[in-house]
Amino acid sequence: MTAHIEAVTGRYLHLELEGLVNRIYFEEAGQGIPLVCLHTAGSDARQFRGLLNDAAVTENYRVIAFDMPWHGKSSPPVGWEREEYQLTTKRYTNMIMAFCRALALDRPVVMGCSIGGRIVYNLALEHADELGALIGLQAGAYVERYYDSSWLHRPDVHGGEVCAGVVSGLVSPLAPEPHRWETLWHYMQSGPGVFKGDLHFYQVEGDIRDRIGAIDTSTCPLYLLTGEYDYSCSPEDTRAAAARIPGAEVVIMEGLGHFPMSENPDRFGEYVRPVLDEIRERLST
Amino acid sequence: MLERLGEIVNGDEALVRRGKYFSDTFMIEVGETQYLIEIRQGRIESVATGPFVMRSWTFSIRATEDVWRKFWEKLPPPGYHDIFALLRKGRIALDGELQPLMANLLYVKEVIAAPRKLEAVA
Repeated sequence: MTAHIEAVTGRYLHLELEGLVNRIYFEEAGQGIPLVCLHTAGSDARQFRGLLNDAAVTENYRVIAFDMPWHGKSSPPVGWEREEYQLTTKRYTNMIMAFCRALALDRPVVMGCSIGGRIVYNLALEHADELGALIGLQAGAYVERYYDSSWLHRPDVHGGEVCAGVVSGLVSPLAPEPHRWETLWHYMQSGPGVFKGDLHFYQVEGDIRDRIGAIDTSTCPLYLLTGEYDYSCSPEDTRAAAARIPGAEVVIMEGLGHFPMSENPDRFGEYVRPVLDEIRERLST
Repeated sequence: MLERLGEIVNGDEALVRRGKYFSDTFMIEVGETQYLIEIRQGRIESVATGPFVMRSWTFSIRATEDVWRKFWEKLPPPGYHDIFALLRKGRIALDGELQPLMANLLYVKEVIAAPRKLEAVA
């Protein structure tokens, strides 16, 4: 028999957001510069299992990944049964900053994927002086709606199955099968309407194209890493955003899709470790 | 390509199980050529090639020959590897009653991508 216990630990934080106490689950590993990781729409922090277990990263970074309220092991707030869940720019930004303050993180690096990549732009605009650096994975400033998200939450279609079905092509065809299916499993487990509610921010409310030109990367460095097989935030979308942000660094990740840290952790590690090394150097000077 | 769907899909026990509750006929249009794929409980019953006279189908997936050729490559290029990728770029049309498609999306996606495995079968 083989068995081992990971160095990752998980705890619950009780955090007041919008006047309601939320029970928020987070995992962490390592020590050093705080690195807060934001999962994609309709998934949870398990997407960062590879990074949390990457000794070359945790040697210098305290990697922290939390499940947003309604996601993973974080509960929805009291009264959820009477609410249609919808993520907004304000809600998302406040949640991230409240989480960082509650853990008393000193100028954390924030890395988010997809919706997490989108919110990175807003963090750069509104909270650059409180953050060490920002990393947007699969970060576009906007995506036009190319499918009807109401299919994701209706009683005659299984929510978990259809969420996985909708995103399955966002995983690169080159992703190792175990990681592809683990990534889809997280989508299959999301609560009713949660993925759709996150997409309200991603496809409707969170269009940030008009504002990104004001991002000042001299206050807070910004890195944009995008997988070549992503069609939701394609390399062209990332390059288009970066072209309007002086100093933004772009890395196109070959063979990766929309969920780089989850669909192919080893390959993603090869791309993100040099970025993290560079950030560590910049922060030390 | 599509004529041989049966041998690939029906031999894949896990795929047939995924489609256990899918019994329907849908159309794939490759350029000007229409194919009707009839499926019963996850197994391909028949693949008919048009033109058709008064045949019914539930939903259709239409694209040009060039798009499908890239889609069916063993390693399709980015943007051609999934029907939703094709949708984002406006390279495909999904029409008809879409509920059976959306309720069985992982299954149907795997069925229409099955010709990618043909080289290995041949």
